This record gives sequence, C-alpha cells and structure tokens, in this order.
Amino acid sequence: MAVTEVRISIHIAGLNPKDIAEKIKEQFPDQVIEVAEFRDQVSVIVKKDQIIPILKYLHDDPLLSFDHLQDLTAVDYQKKKDIRFEVVYNLYSIRYRHHIRIRAQVPENDPKINSVVPIWAGANWHERECYDMFGIVFIGHPDLRRILMPEDWEGYPLRKDYPLQGPALENDWPGFTEVLKRSKELREFEWEG
Amino acid sequence: MIQKEAEKIFETRELNVNMGPQHPATHGVLRLVLDIDGETIVKVTPYVGYLHRGIEKLGESLSYFQALPLTDRMDYVSAMSNNIGYCVAVEKLYGIEAPERAKFIRTIVGEMSRIANHLLWLATHALDIGAMTVFLYCFREREWILDLYEMICGARLTVTYPRVGGVRNDVPQEFLDSLWKFTDEFPSRILEYETLIDQNRIWLLRTKGIGVISAEEAVSWGMTGPTLRGSGVTYDIRKHMPYDAYDKVEFDVPIGTEGDTYDRYRCRMLEMRQSNSIIRQCIEKLPTGPVMADAPKFTLQPKDAMMPITHPTKEVAYFIEEKACKGCGMCMRACPAKAIFGEKKKPHKIDQALCLQCATCFVTCKFKSMKIIPGGKGLSDEKLAELAAVPMPEEIAKAAEHLVKHFEFIKKGPKVPEGELYVATEVPKGELGFYFVSDGSGKPYRMRLRAPSFIHAGCLPRLCVGHLVADVIAAIGTIDIVLGECDR
Repeated sequence: MAVTEVRISIHIAGLNPKDIAEKIKEQFPDQVIEVAEFRDQVSVIVKKDQIIPILKYLHDDPLLSFDHLQDLTAVDYQKKKDIRFEVVYNLYSIRYRHHIRIRAQVPENDPKINSVVPIWAGANWHERECYDMFGIVFIGHPDLRRILMPEDWEGYPLRKDYPLQGPALENDWPGFTEVLKRSKELREFEWEG
Repeated sequence: MIQKEAEKIFETRELNVNMGPQHPATHGVLRLVLDIDGETIVKVTPYVGYLHRGIEKLGESLSYFQALPLTDRMDYVSAMSNNIGYCVAVEKLYGIEAPERAKFIRTIVGEMSRIANHLLWLATHALDIGAMTVFLYCFREREWILDLYEMICGARLTVTYPRVGGVRNDVPQEFLDSLWKFTDEFPSRILEYETLIDQNRIWLLRTKGIGVISAEEAVSWGMTGPTLRGSGVTYDIRKHMPYDAYDKVEFDVPIGTEGDTYDRYRCRMLEMRQSNSIIRQCIEKLPTGPVMADAPKFTLQPKDAMMPITHPTKEVAYFIEEKACKGCGMCMRACPAKAIFGEKKKPHKIDQALCLQCATCFVTCKFKSMKIIPGGKGLSDEKLAELAAVPMPEEIAKAAEHLVKHFEFIKKGPKVPEGELYVATEVPKGELGFYFVSDGSGKPYRMRLRAPSFIHAGCLPRLCVGHLVADVIAAIGTIDIVLGECDR
C-alpha cells in the first residue's frame, strides 16, 4: 500500500533561534535593526529594502532551510512606533525544526514591500489579505486584489484608525426604528412555549 | 480544409463558468470561476470572503477570555480543536500551564474532534464523488461523538469546553465508559467504510492521479496537515512542537507517497485509527487531580458564589432607585436588550417586559442606584419600588459583590507582559496558528489567525488545472476546507 505509518521522533532540536539571528546579523549587518525575544521566540526586525535577499538566504541556506512559511501578516503600530507598519514573516524549517520571525518595517507614507511569492508560492493569498486589511502594496505580486472584503470596499479594516462599528442602522435605514417600535408593541402578544 | 472551414464558422473560445457560491459541493460559500476548454480546466479563480465576520478585528476589542467563543465559529465542524489551539496559545502568553488531568482531557476531546471532522470530511467527500451510503454510515458515528460532547458540556457544535488554564469541568465516569465503548467499536466501523470504497472501481478512478502535488511544491504552497502528509512530508505539529499530552502518548503519523487524492484519503483513514488509539491510551493513563490551573490571577474562578443572582430559578428583578439615579445614561448604553429608557439628568427606568436579567446595568452603574430584588420578576413598578426600599438580603449583597468582580475580570482581563507570540497547533485540517501581539494590557493589540482552510483554498488553482470539471469537486473535497475558517 502506498500510504505508510511512520513514527516521527519528538526531539530533534534545530538551531537555537538566537544563533539564527546572529547569522542574519553577520550576513546583513546594515539591515538588522533589533533582535527581540519573548517566551523563547526570537524575532528579527529588519529594514524592508533587502527583504527578498534576507528571506531567500533563510530559505536557500542548507543549514537553515526555512522551507515552510507558517504565516505572513502585518501589524499596525499607529502612534506606538515611528514607523507605522510591520510585515511579519513566521518561518519554520520542517527539516531542522527551528523557528524564526522576521519583521520588516514599512512606513506609512510609502506602504510598499517586495512580494515573496517567488520564494513561497503560498504567500500569494497571505499578501492579498495583507493588502486587503492594511493597504500594504506588495511589489511584484501576480494578482494583487482584495480577497476577503468586497472588491469595491473603501478603507482598510485592520488599521487602527478604522472604526470597529459601522454607522447605526437607524441612520442608514429609517424603517429600522419603525420595525423596532412595532416589535415592542407586539411583544405582549408573544406566544408562550 | 474542412477543419479550416469549420473553424471559420464555429469560433472556438474558452468558456467561463461560475461555480458557487451556493453550489452544494463547495462545502460552504466558495465561489469558483472556471475557464474551461471543452471539459478541461484552463484556469480557476477562487473567490472567498462571503463569510467574513472580522474575527481578527473583533479580537482586538475583547479580552482574551471573551474572544474564546469566537474560535468556535471558525471551523465549526471541529470546534473543540480550535478552542484547544486558542487556549494553548493564551496559556503560553500568560505563562501558565494546565494541570496534568486537564491536558489529558484536552487530548481526548481534541482527538475526538479529529475523528468527527474526518468522518464529516469522508461523508461529504464520498457524497460529492457519488457514494451515498458512506455518508449515512459516517453520520451514524459522528452522532455518537456529538452525544459524548453533549455529555461533558451540554453543547454539540459550538462547545467552548476547553478554557484558558484547563477545561471547564471534569468529565463524568459515564462519559469515559461510553467513549471506551466507542473506541472498542470504531475500528470495525472504519473497516466498514473501507469495504465500501477502498477497492471500489469508481472511487479509484475518481481519486487516483487527481490533484497530484509533489512534496516540495506542497511545502512551498504552505499546505499542512493530512493534505501535506499525503505528499510524503513528515510534518505533524503534534510531534514537532508537542502540546498538551501528545508527548506522553505513542502514535504513528501516516505518510503518503503519490500526493494524489487517493493518498490523502488513505492518510485520513489511517489517522482516524491513530486518533482512536490515542484516546484509548489517554483514558488508560488519565491521572487524577484538578482540571483548572492554580493561578487565580489568570484563570476564571467557579461561579458558585454568585448563583443566588444568576441562577435561572432565582427570579430576580432589577430596579432603578429614583433618588440615587443621576441620569448619566451609562446603563442605557450598556443594556443589550435596550430595556432602559429615560432622559438625560433625569432618573431612568427599566422596562421589565424587555429586561433579560443579565445584570449588565447593575455592574455598569457607578452611583449604586440599582437594586436587585429577589423574586421580583413580573411585578409592577410600584410594587418593585416598595420592595426596593428594604435593604438587600445579605446573601444577595455578597453575590452581587462577586458578580461585579467577575464582570471586571472578564472585561478587562489579566495584564499580559509586552511581547509577541506565534503558537501553532495541529487541528484536523492542518496547522492552526495564533499570532498575538500584546501591548501590556488585558486585550490583544493584534490577534492573527492562521487558518489552514484559507491556505488550502489558495492551492485550488494549482490542484485543478489540467483536470476535468468533475475533478474540481474531488479537489475541493480532498483539501478539506471549511469556509467559516477560511473567511474568519
């Protein structure tokens, strides 16, 4: 039978994420801004210009071999940091089982970054979602359109200045108050059980 | 010559066909625009987002406790796994750990949800391809699992049984007995399904060599779970980054070789057997002890103390004292039933007919003008005013104190150190990742859900091109997507 059951061992430790961060620092000394650590996870904050060479190095280097792009998203740090957006790449190596996070800073006045679709084909929809929700443009993306929101939607919902709640229904549709009033009146006739 | 003449008369061009969003075989509201040449697919463009509810945006305005029920609504056929994924992530963020018994219980219910999910997948996948009987057989067993869910938490679909720091309540012995009986019988049931389709000529023709994807390509496309393992990649988060009790049980991971629809089907069938064995091991090894972490700063406490107010049999009524009410309008805005009315700076009133007895107004009021009147449900306003003049009984006053504390705790949430975290868990469909950015408050600054269905739906064009229209249905089935999770 073609499908077999294999026993995967639990502990094959890859490289320490701090060592990986050091390697990136060595390779791209003028690109790395900061290395942050929280709960054993390390993230490397980099400039956006050289993002493709950095990720390509992580993907192709035989000792790192980050073949699995776990997640690609963005975070809006409005009023918290000088540079507003950060595009976050969560990378994992299935072969060596190590993890690293790369955060590329993207300024508000020029929200553009190179697309990583040539490296990981799966980044396609992640980047479309990122564009949809934050308005970050991915240069070189094969098909950059809105994905979750309607095509004619205005604004970028996950930005911090986008309101959580839309305008009240009463303003949009005057009949709504009437329906509410009527349902209140008829409430006493509601059937039991 | 004749052909050229014919081409002049009949212009040939690709046909543009719209499939969905209400097509029964698209497993939800997925719309595909197919460009077809004859019956061969040239191009597929998936459109998603019809079920988008903005869970990521909602999560930013809710505390970590409040966002838990939202995860049920993502992948509604295996809600339990989603809850576990969320709880594991938040526990890591808080820096607490669930007690041993809770971990084993979570492993049990997680594997139950894996079986339930694969059963639903097999049922619908087989139905799409044309095997009706399998559908009925699978739902028979799925029903059993849903009944078991009901036994432990009262819900069948949106369970919210795992909690941050453990599980909601301990499992009763009869649940374990019934589950043991299920695991006894289930392998023979899997054999039944396999007798129906494993060597079935139609099934083999419809699945073998359809939607083939190589290992490197599958990794590059971001596939995870059984969809990836069908191509022969040994990536299982239960083994790679063990959470809960997965490092204490023994199980194998089924790996395919061809990377086609048939191998992915076999992987899932074997995975059900492994889940069955994991459940049996967990029941055998189930330790005794508490089911909630001993960390009162971070976990929900039992709600017994406020039962005199919140229990449905205590027919309490809420009443606003005219003397104390300043007319600030806070309660009016907070009331979910819009039962409070009145003008600004004048005492408000509660419409008792509309009141839901949810206690939101009581907690919101800063001037302590609210009175809880036990047994006051259904009484007139005059009578309530009379009763409100008497001070609250001691039992009620104590319960009210707990109630206010509980509301504050849930609404604000415990403080989390500043940082960011990505935690992945293996749900039946693949890798479910939670990425939290915390700014030091009780609410996530950014909550990102990495949904496997979203990535898998993105692979559809890759899997379908070159096949026939009928194979699109097989391709949608084999990647096992649920659109609630895809659109979030």
